[in-house]
Amino acid sequence: MTLWEKMCASDLLGGKQGVIGLAVLAAVIFLVLPLGVDIFRLNLIGKYLTYAFVAVGLVLLWGHGGILSLGQGIFFGLGGYAMAMFLKLEASDPITTKIQSTPGIPDFMDWNQLTALPWFWEPFKSLPFTIFAVLTIPALFAYIIGYAMFKRRVGGVYFSIITQAVALILSILIVGQQGYTGGVNGMTDLRTMLGWDIRTDSAKYILYYANGLLLFGAIFLSKYVMSSKFGMLLLAMRDKEERVRFSGYDVSNFKIFIFCLAAMMSAVGGAMFTLQVGFMSPSFVGIVPSIEMVIFCAVGGRASLIGAVYGTLLVNYGKTVFSETYPELWLFLMGGLFIAVVMFFPNGIAGIWDKYATKYGWFKDKAVTAKKPEVSTTGVETHAVLTETLSAEAAAATESTDVAASVKKTTRKKAAISSPNIRGAEA
Amino acid sequence: MFGYSMAEIGNIVVMQGFSGLSMFTVLLLMALGLAIIFGQMGVINMAHGEFMTIGAYTTVMISKVAASYGFTDYYFIFAIIIAFGLAFAVGYLVEFAIIRHLYKRPLDTLLATWGLSLVMQQIFRSTFGAKEVSAELPEWMLGSVNPTPDIDIPINGLFVMGLAALVTFGVYMFMYKSRWGLRVRATVQNRTMAGAVGINTAKVDRVTFALGCGIAGIAGAAFTTIASTGPTTGTLYIVDSFMVVVFGGAASIVGTIASAFGIAQAQSVLQFFMTSSMGKVSTLLAIVTILMMKPEGLFASKLRK
Amino acid sequence: MSTLNRRGFMKVSGALVGAMMAAGLVTGHAFAADYPTAKVNTTGLAVTDTTVKVGILHSATGTMAISETGSIQAEKLAIEQINAMGGILGRKIEVIQEDGASDWPTFAEKAKKLLEKDKVASVMGCWTSASRKAALPVFEKDNGLLFYPTFYEGLEQSKNVFYTGQEATQQILAGLDWIAKEKKAKTFYLIGSDYIWPRTSMKIARKHIEQHLGGKVVGEEYIALGDTQFGSVINKIKLKKPDVIYAAVVGGSNVAWFKQLNAAGLNSSKQTMLTISVTEDEVLGIGGENLAGFYSAMKYFQSQDNDANKKFVEAFKKRWGKDAVIGDVTQAAYLGPWLYKAAVERAGSFDVDKVQAALPGYEFKDAPEGPVTVEANHHLTTKLRIGQWGKDGQAKVVYTSGYIKPDPFPKGYQ
Repeated sequence: MTLWEKMCASDLLGGKQGVIGLAVLAAVIFLVLPLGVDIFRLNLIGKYLTYAFVAVGLVLLWGHGGILSLGQGIFFGLGGYAMAMFLKLEASDPITTKIQSTPGIPDFMDWNQLTALPWFWEPFKSLPFTIFAVLTIPALFAYIIGYAMFKRRVGGVYFSIITQAVALILSILIVGQQGYTGGVNGMTDLRTMLGWDIRTDSAKYILYYANGLLLFGAIFLSKYVMSSKFGMLLLAMRDKEERVRFSGYDVSNFKIFIFCLAAMMSAVGGAMFTLQVGFMSPSFVGIVPSIEMVIFCAVGGRASLIGAVYGTLLVNYGKTVFSETYPELWLFLMGGLFIAVVMFFPNGIAGIWDKYATKYGWFKDKAVTAKKPEVSTTGVETHAVLTETLSAEAAAATESTDVAASVKKTTRKKAAISSPNIRGAEA
Repeated sequence: MFGYSMAEIGNIVVMQGFSGLSMFTVLLLMALGLAIIFGQMGVINMAHGEFMTIGAYTTVMISKVAASYGFTDYYFIFAIIIAFGLAFAVGYLVEFAIIRHLYKRPLDTLLATWGLSLVMQQIFRSTFGAKEVSAELPEWMLGSVNPTPDIDIPINGLFVMGLAALVTFGVYMFMYKSRWGLRVRATVQNRTMAGAVGINTAKVDRVTFALGCGIAGIAGAAFTTIASTGPTTGTLYIVDSFMVVVFGGAASIVGTIASAFGIAQAQSVLQFFMTSSMGKVSTLLAIVTILMMKPEGLFASKLRK
Repeated sequence: MSTLNRRGFMKVSGALVGAMMAAGLVTGHAFAADYPTAKVNTTGLAVTDTTVKVGILHSATGTMAISETGSIQAEKLAIEQINAMGGILGRKIEVIQEDGASDWPTFAEKAKKLLEKDKVASVMGCWTSASRKAALPVFEKDNGLLFYPTFYEGLEQSKNVFYTGQEATQQILAGLDWIAKEKKAKTFYLIGSDYIWPRTSMKIARKHIEQHLGGKVVGEEYIALGDTQFGSVINKIKLKKPDVIYAAVVGGSNVAWFKQLNAAGLNSSKQTMLTISVTEDEVLGIGGENLAGFYSAMKYFQSQDNDANKKFVEAFKKRWGKDAVIGDVTQAAYLGPWLYKAAVERAGSFDVDKVQAALPGYEFKDAPEGPVTVEANHHLTTKLRIGQWGKDGQAKVVYTSGYIKPDPFPKGYQ
């Protein structure tokens, strides 16, 4: 068995088509774009790719879990702000800020008559703590929101509206507490990370590649989660929640876990955003960016990880191009895109691609005839197969309500569940 | 007490009570249309704010016409009727073109109507310009009434209040005392059965949606008395509206009224004692917390899904 | 010869545009020949033998489009007038307009695009402090040139920016002095929208009231941006009965604020109010009847009676429609291209460093607001005017201060 065959056979990568899809995306991100566009455009693309973290998280959460969060901007923002706090502290050394009444604290604090660094800023002087905070604070926040809501079976539309309200609250708070947060201006003029100037062209290349690698990390992690039994459970929950619950699974724990995971990915995206763009502002926390990020995911195909990345790139590229040439038309186009995607292409780019790929027999895979999971709740066949495997393992899983544990227990019963319907989900 | 006389404090309490009431009626007008659309049909209409903006621009336009033909004193009545009619018509079209295809996918209506709201905002901007405009109010609506020399009760607040009472009464009569309302409720409770007994459910849906939009149009017309109108005015109201409806328990009009009242009083009192931003944040936080405890809202309908 | 010619151009006014066009074109060519591109552009800006690219960066869409549209119009008008006179050093200005879309990161992105891709020689743009703060690092890194029109909170001074609006002390101190003297005001209620400009302004106002005027601040209130419910705030004001309300409410809230204040019986016959956030642009939305009798502190009002302003207003209305109004910021935006032209001509070069060095010390005599001088700190020395609003949406200037030097980092007010 060659490496190629091994990769194609791997469930994690999603068969031959999955491998090719990933390889193409890797080529685009790591070769084509850096060689094809100048550093200005590449930096822009790097910025878009940070949104792709959110979109990938949404594929898990929404495409596979059926949970539509309209508050992913919260986590993107928290991650971004954590990183910005670190960079801002580094940019506010006593020498560069000597004009202030209290040198050594960020400029906006000085403007707001703060005379000492607030206690919760102190730990952000350390980079390891900052990275730790980027990964944990948003996840913790998601855990609290998720725990409160999913345990009480708040779902669907209500979850969306409440997350939206939380996004609003957070953005009002950030704007209102400007002595601590920089207010509506956000944290601007970030320059160096541990003495390394992040504004130079070489730094931008490095950050772009780091961002790309992290994004692939997120995609692989998502693929791993989706190809595990946990992924099957997610799909099952999306389509028939009660049935999964009655099979003995604690549905809320799965939901909380996936919400936290998506939050963590968004936060990494936010942190990378701050590094590449050089500032963070409350305009990324509120309702509008949160909903826009959903549309990135929807355009790419809400069930497809790779599609989400392309969707993000495409919508943002369109935004940049159109707002440069026809600023008036941009909103029409964006609005039209929302409507069209929802009404005519619920599977987004990935759906269109699949249609033609299967029609013309591209990437024919002997083991797998690619078929993506439907977006609507019609995956009847899926249930049949799923519930079979689920009930077989239900006994084992009921004992442990611990999500991590049940994920770990994923016995690789691929033979039993690698039905074509489910395999498609991993693309 | 705190260096103020009892009379002064009494006056403030009266006026503060009124400003809470006035905020209540504003929230109620915003939320009523949504309560019908979201509560009865389960459709999340993110473009609700833009339907209000339709009403607001209608009023502004009519006030301009009125000013040139000299019937400024009573144009508002026409404005409200036309605002309702226009918003109703647009809502009817939108239901036909978009919403009816998405009834089975409530989360997708959210995205589609968000897209719709962007398109509508740009239409407003292209048609009326980016600048905020204001309806010229008739003389009688300016200023305040003074029951005592130190108490000012704003007339526009009274007007909005009266209008809200009228609309609420109208909605109540429509939903619970008319054949149409009966059909609507029947369709909501059991679509298949409703269809079986000869109700044209597609038509019911369309009229219900359009009615909700029409009420948004009235709300928009009323808001020209207290705020200005711009292409993005609608976005200011949308989250508040949803919070009122969800907090009240989606399917209940009484719930919507109660929740609008509660939220308005809380926010009004908090804003008196705290800063305005923090008052708003505290109110929203309280709502979210209560909703997490009691996700079905204050007045949940007894219906099981 | 060139000096003479330049002077000649400086004196040309908008009214003579038609007649001067031909002359401008003819001498324009002579000009360009006097200044070979290789010499006047040593840093690779987009300057050719006949054109120079200048960027305009404002929000044409989004919530800020309301305010920024006027600035775009003024800047375009100025550029058209300059082109009709033969351009700058014989080169026509080519405008590249970008939309910041009311989104601060977009401002940074578009600024970068203008500077790095289009290589524009200068940019007229930004409106809110947030957008300026977002774009500023880009201008500093790429050594661009920004003309920023809005009155703002100060606390900033960048060699890459010329601030054609007033910084906070220029707008606040003289206005407070006037109202304290004129109205014998002792107690003040400060109210503003909740972001940096009102907060900084109120901080300065409070210090000035308490330390220099011997007055008392009886309340300080910040409204969330976009909030339209003022009932409780108005009741608080009624309880405190301040002599003066000092207001810096912006955007959609502004309209609701005045409408509700009026409806609550606090009109100008009962209450004195001085605002620093209402220009002719806002009045359109607020409605003159809600505003009549209140005061604004600005450096420019459309009703100002001088020749330069009359020509400006006439040209503006001719270009953008008779209903167009001109606010303080619109006028400040109009100054941008003219100051840039003067700076380039003084420097004899488009190179950013030379232009920066050449502009301070320049007095622009034909500004619609009256003569202004560019100071070494890149701000303008201007006068402050207090206007009292009438029902027709125009303000009557009731007080004009002497020249006030800009002081973006005021000692004792921080």
